[in-house]
Amino acid sequence: MSSAQIEIQLIASLVAIACAIPGTFLVLRKMAMISDAISHSILPGIVIGFFITQDLNSPLLILLAALTGIITVVLVEYIQKTGLVKEDTAIGLVFPILFSIGVIMIAKNANDVHLDVDAVLLGELAFAPFDRLIISGVDLGPKSLWIIGSILIITLGLLFAFFKELKISTFDAGLAASLGFSPAIIHYGLMTVSSITTVGAFDAVGAILVVALMIAPAATAYLLTNELKRMLIYAICFGVFSAISGYWLAHWLDASIAGSITTMLGLLFLAVYLFAPSKGIIAVMYREKQQRTEVSLLTFLLHLKNHTEERERHVNHLNEHINWQKVRSKTVLDLALKNNMIQFDKNIVSLTEKGEDFTSQAIDYIITNEDAQIEHMKDDFFLFRG
Amino acid sequence: MEKRAVSYQIINCTNRKKLLAIDLTEYFSLVFTDYTLRTITLGTAILGAVTGMLGSFAVLRKQSLLGDAISHAALPGIAIAFLITGAKDSNVLLLGALVSGLIGTFWIRGIISKTHLKSDTALGLILSLFFGFGMLLLTFIQKQPNANQAGLDKYLFGQAATLVESDVWMMAMVTGLCLFVLLLFWKEFKILLFDADYTKTLGFNTKFIDILITTFIVLAIVLGLQTVGVVLMSAMLLAPAAAARQWTNSLGVMVFLAAIFGAFSGVFGTAISASQNNLSTGPVIVIVAGVFVLVSFIFSPSRGLLFKQIRFIKNRRDLQWHKTLAFMYNIAETHEDISHPHAIKILNNFQGFTKGTLQKLVRKNYVNLDGTMWSLTEEGFEIASNLYNQQSDNNE
Repeated sequence: MSSAQIEIQLIASLVAIACAIPGTFLVLRKMAMISDAISHSILPGIVIGFFITQDLNSPLLILLAALTGIITVVLVEYIQKTGLVKEDTAIGLVFPILFSIGVIMIAKNANDVHLDVDAVLLGELAFAPFDRLIISGVDLGPKSLWIIGSILIITLGLLFAFFKELKISTFDAGLAASLGFSPAIIHYGLMTVSSITTVGAFDAVGAILVVALMIAPAATAYLLTNELKRMLIYAICFGVFSAISGYWLAHWLDASIAGSITTMLGLLFLAVYLFAPSKGIIAVMYREKQQRTEVSLLTFLLHLKNHTEERERHVNHLNEHINWQKVRSKTVLDLALKNNMIQFDKNIVSLTEKGEDFTSQAIDYIITNEDAQIEHMKDDFFLFRG
Repeated sequence: MEKRAVSYQIINCTNRKKLLAIDLTEYFSLVFTDYTLRTITLGTAILGAVTGMLGSFAVLRKQSLLGDAISHAALPGIAIAFLITGAKDSNVLLLGALVSGLIGTFWIRGIISKTHLKSDTALGLILSLFFGFGMLLLTFIQKQPNANQAGLDKYLFGQAATLVESDVWMMAMVTGLCLFVLLLFWKEFKILLFDADYTKTLGFNTKFIDILITTFIVLAIVLGLQTVGVVLMSAMLLAPAAAARQWTNSLGVMVFLAAIFGAFSGVFGTAISASQNNLSTGPVIVIVAGVFVLVSFIFSPSRGLLFKQIRFIKNRRDLQWHKTLAFMYNIAETHEDISHPHAIKILNNFQGFTKGTLQKLVRKNYVNLDGTMWSLTEEGFEIASNLYNQQSDNNE
């Protein structure tokens, strides 16, 4: 590995961490799309800043662009407050218009601006190590590394200082307000941090990847845990993992680094989405299937309890009567047998004592809908756990 | 292919060289004679109409940002279609975009319905992940030893200048199809929009209607990619509809208005960008549509901010003289002669009294002024005694 490669991976990882922290809160506060809006609408800020400073890495440019980000948020909230359109429409209107203004500003000054819309949207991490910070002749490393490093340190500092406030205002804005933390300050603080992170990261990784790095790790982590601290840690780990593995994918395919980091994030999300222990699709489908069987079992037991005639309890008749397919009936019968709920007597099914008990308890529960009735049944059955 | 290259050159000429830049009046005369301008204008107008039409449904269904997500999600489809066929035929690429946009849409729904992630997270997730994957593929394609790949990136920001007649025919056909389906299923779309549960109880197949309308929204977005590009497509979908919403409460009128607004944004946007140097069409169309929205927000008679503010101020003024009149009434009530004069001094500011309100009352002939004394007239007494009763009547 050359030093440029190490630097690229370092920048990518720092960006991933710096994005994952505000991203987690954005996802929890249901404001994920705001990050998309900010990432597009900072363009006019960047262009104006660039006209003034002629330097893509100047702090003034970052401040101006972050300011445009805040203006976006304020505009969206203002439009929403007028009640003329819903919040999502307001977001969808504001950022393309601001973005268009940026594109037109670049186009009108195309001759004297070395700024490309593609570069802003997509970024090129591979070039990051070439733009170096040199102070009095000493090479201190790539400029983007310093920028994103300082943003990360500020973000971390704010996170540790205001963790409690952030947590409370995220989950219970009313409580936060009554405890004396101003939700507005925390809201705009978070928006400012998101804007600055977006701006700081865009020229290394591009505006779209910033969105991916904010939302995807947090969303993936949210499928695995319900605890804020753990979610933050998972999100950071996923971000860093994708950043580094994405770099090597890009190296191997000779393609855009930003694109491959996003692709890694996508694969990671897909894997968790499918296989997460309790919230993944497969787990959810399995649980739903299980619940269907259990409901069937209950129906079956109730049927047995209601009918004393032998004709009604013959195995073949059950097939027709409850209108189940062969396989389903067999599953239900097996489950009932395994739990000692029923017994066979020459193809006549009858309830055991335990089955009788269970059924009457279940009826009690269905009638009264009181949880106390089924407390001890929960161990046997999935059905009552949810 | 050749036509496209030629048309592109013409636009380049008109755009780049100041001598050839045309002004707006010239543009409108050229629209009917110049092949390129006619094609582009027709294309953007049709596109604006169809996106406005379907955008109305997106806005009312609170799926505004779906457009943004779909347009980004279409990118990998374009790249994959190119990788498979190796051709740059725009219809094949758009088919790829359609498939990948639909996959994105249904994945978003899967995430929302099967997990506890909220819709904004699902949208942002699919948007950025698909787009990133698309970028990976595009950069991968660029490194391939195949000279034919240039120009795929026009789908990022759109180039109306590359529209040719066949593209416009394609748009017109899709718009016709949309219109047909819209009219055919009008009742179903409408009822699903406003009361989904009721629709289900009536026995309509809500899933089918839902998928139908979503598919058409995806189709409209995919159509626009070539013209305005991935990033700005969501505004094309939303802006005409959001503007139209301000003028009416009826779905039919709204869809119609949105189509008109969309078409005009397309035409004006093309005109402005053709008459200036270095202006790409997509952003200009979006800004024109944005102006439509702004004007609608401010000047719409029933919902607009301007008239709302005027009503607000008028109500406040009315309230002031109401209060003064009520105060006078309370005083006059205690006298046998209701027109018994009283000093102006006893009126106070707290009761909404100002010289202005007093003048207003005099003008309305509710009060007589005589030097520093005022007295209620017969009419004023009548009005004042019914002041609050009438108001509550009005409110009911």
